[in-house]
Amino acid sequence: MSRFKKKGDKGTPAISTASLPDIIFMLLFFFMVTTTMRETQLLVKVSAPSAKEVQKLEKKSLVSFIYIGEPVQSKLGTNTRIQLNDAFGVLDAIPEFVAKEREARDEADRKFLTTSLKVDKNTKMGIVTDVKQKLRKVGAFKISYSVTPEVER
Amino acid sequence: MALKTPELNASSMADIAFLLLIFFLVTTTMEVDTGIGRKLSPPPDPSVKPPDIKDRNVMNILVNKSDRLLINGRPGDLATLKEEVILFMTPHVPDDARYPEVKQENIDLLGVVYTSKGIISLKNDRGTSYKMYITVQDQLAQAFTSIKDELALKKFGKLYKDITEREKEAISDAVPMSVSEAEPEDVANK
Repeated sequence: MSRFKKKGDKGTPAISTASLPDIIFMLLFFFMVTTTMRETQLLVKVSAPSAKEVQKLEKKSLVSFIYIGEPVQSKLGTNTRIQLNDAFGVLDAIPEFVAKEREARDEADRKFLTTSLKVDKNTKMGIVTDVKQKLRKVGAFKISYSVTPEVER
Repeated sequence: MALKTPELNASSMADIAFLLLIFFLVTTTMEVDTGIGRKLSPPPDPSVKPPDIKDRNVMNILVNKSDRLLINGRPGDLATLKEEVILFMTPHVPDDARYPEVKQENIDLLGVVYTSKGIISLKNDRGTSYKMYITVQDQLAQAFTSIKDELALKKFGKLYKDITEREKEAISDAVPMSVSEAEPEDVANK
């Protein structure tokens, strides 16, 4: 009966890779959904201190960041600097920075705006206090000291 | 006979998708930002006189520029700070002159409870390291959490973190986190 006769070669058929892109795309979408874009490039070194009593920052879109630490580029010296968004800032630029951050948000959300202070652990409190005083003056009362959670043993 | 369209070679599709995947892996972050949340007080109004607070209601914590602690004028230790704060802030009934005053308050869900009038006053030097400051803040937060835990266990039989939002509010009313940060002063340069 020639009807059931196999034709041609007898080797194992090649595994179809047609579904491989789909699998990879699924992975890709998973990562796109669960992660967020890295917002700013760090110009200062920040290694956050650790603490046990930590809270999660709830809404990432309602947080503005102020980084304080030594510059990454060593040619800029080792003096503690403040970074506001993408550039180095000075203390007096903070009110303007806060005003801009507020304007970028919805009117209803503005009062929930939190300022997250990402400060290097070897920084002296002086500059941090100055920043806090500036924030108090412009009415940005909600702050969060960024820390890494300490693992309990 | 119709022309057969040749099958499209899709083997490079996977590589393209891989490239995209790796791009997203590199440019995005997954970590959730964690921090110690605090509320700053509005700048003091020079026309309003600060309220008089009795000495026994205040616990003064001073951190100097070499990260040493001074608690109520005596040298303190970071290891015992938490216990001292818990002892100070837990309402002491009957009234004890060594600890802050207590007042009775009627709070929803809890009924009549004693709350402490104690205030922690935290003051640091400009030269204090940020790490030390966070450690002290963390110890204070831990102390208040453990007082809250105790009250929550007594009233609801659960730890503070396991009770509902409304119960949490009630407990927070009974155990206010009264930490006051002193107006900054330049101690080192005087």
